[in-house]
Amino acid sequence: MEFLTEPFMQRALLAAVLVGITAPAVGIYLVQRRQALMGDGIGHVAMTGVGLGFLMSANPVWMATLVTVLGAVAMELIRMYGKTRGDIALALLFYGGMAGGVMLINLSPTGSNANLVSYLFGSLSTVSDEDITAISLLAAFAVLVTVGLRRQLFAISQDEEFARVTGLPVRTLNLLVAITAAVTVTVAMRVVGLLLVSALMVVPVAAAQQLTRSFRATFVLAVLIGTGVTLAGTITTYYQDVPPGATIVLLAIAVFIALTALAAPLARRRARAAETAPAAECAADGTARADDVRV
Amino acid sequence: MEPVISLRGATAALGSRPVLRGIDLTVRRGEVVALLGANGSGKSTAVRSVIGRVPLTGGSVELFGTELKRFRSWARIGYVPQRTTAASGVPATVREVVAAGRLSRARLGRLSRADKAAVTRAIELVGLADRTGDAVGALSGGQHQRVLIARALAAEPELLIMDEPMAGVDLASQGILADTLRAQVAAGATVLLVLHELGPLEPLIDRAVVLRDGCVTHDGPPPKAVGQHALPGHDHVHPHAADEPLRTGLLT
Repeated sequence: MEFLTEPFMQRALLAAVLVGITAPAVGIYLVQRRQALMGDGIGHVAMTGVGLGFLMSANPVWMATLVTVLGAVAMELIRMYGKTRGDIALALLFYGGMAGGVMLINLSPTGSNANLVSYLFGSLSTVSDEDITAISLLAAFAVLVTVGLRRQLFAISQDEEFARVTGLPVRTLNLLVAITAAVTVTVAMRVVGLLLVSALMVVPVAAAQQLTRSFRATFVLAVLIGTGVTLAGTITTYYQDVPPGATIVLLAIAVFIALTALAAPLARRRARAAETAPAAECAADGTARADDVRV
Repeated sequence: MEPVISLRGATAALGSRPVLRGIDLTVRRGEVVALLGANGSGKSTAVRSVIGRVPLTGGSVELFGTELKRFRSWARIGYVPQRTTAASGVPATVREVVAAGRLSRARLGRLSRADKAAVTRAIELVGLADRTGDAVGALSGGQHQRVLIARALAAEPELLIMDEPMAGVDLASQGILADTLRAQVAAGATVLLVLHELGPLEPLIDRAVVLRDGCVTHDGPPPKAVGQHALPGHDHVHPHAADEPLRTGLLT
């Protein structure tokens, strides 16, 4: 437990826990409405923010937050109003964001491709006190939204049309989900890196639902898995010289595989329990009852 | 009687194709109105324009005497959308889905004890009390449809709007749905249904509005069975027809 005394490790562990909580908490709503790859696109756009941060000598975390939120709002508006060309517009946004980031960071006097790599793949050892403040504030916002508004967000992600007829402000809530996802991407980029952010939003949720039947249990288990793998991954990097982002994501995938293997016999047992009610075979005489066919 | 739904001269288009070409539809308090018509006749579009999901290019919609644009009392309406086959990406239990229907009364997302009791009651009404904790993905098509109806009933609405509630529903669930609807009507609910055929709901229906190519071609008592259904040997039995006197909105 010697790593607990090192200040850089304390910061790294705090950042890891915050990411482990927020990424699946937002990710579950994206998975629910089948936008599992949205986080990936937002991650691409965040690169322009990081580049801008270096170019203007501002804190890259705040700059990335600003640019990513704008990008996520643009994506949501494209999703809402864009029709057939929607995916092309999204592709332009994603790759424009990525290319913009590479260009800007090369134009800046202090930035280099090495800096960019630390944002692409995460770099726990370089997390500063300033970063921790930003990450904590942003994570608090993400938790507030995803837990405080869980019923509303569940409703709009489950069935958007029905949610509108219950009078929920669906458009506003959709934008809020997009903004929260953007904020989470910037929370996570120092830990797992922009290219692997989306994995931490999606994989813990996918792993959790191998075992769960309810949204609530999926949410809780996904956050537990997320926190577990980010902590385990971060501690691993203290003892082994391995990249944190890749370690964390591989651990998450290992959990997914383990739970999937575990779930198969569980599902079989449930299916058997459900089958006990009606007899497995047809009655021998085969007579029809009066209500079998109604015309 | 006070009109609950009032659609006047409604026109709507999907892309450049006109789907509604000036339809009038009035549903009064306590009435059960079926909207019938072939595929593409505009019946789903008409219903979706009533709840503001399809913008009208002309004409007007009023709900409970209020212009749709100013209408805010969504808790008075229970909406059952046409069943979608795709479940969402994350498991959810019957209770979780039905509770979403209560949000129109619990604005801030906090469900009080009364709200929770209403959710339980709605699940009991559709006969799924023993399945509350099950994932909706594990239900049959008919049970899934009952969940959607329970979700609409959770807000204890005065007006039920249902889009093809019987489509792809097994006979057992059809019977339960008909019973549920009968109880709602007996308690004073107003109902607008989109139906492909009258089927087991026929005895409940006061009035039928038939659409063809975006125009109303019939507005009155449910059309008589024709073709094979009208043949003398065709035993048109409905298990509940006996205790439910046929009501014709025009004569009473």
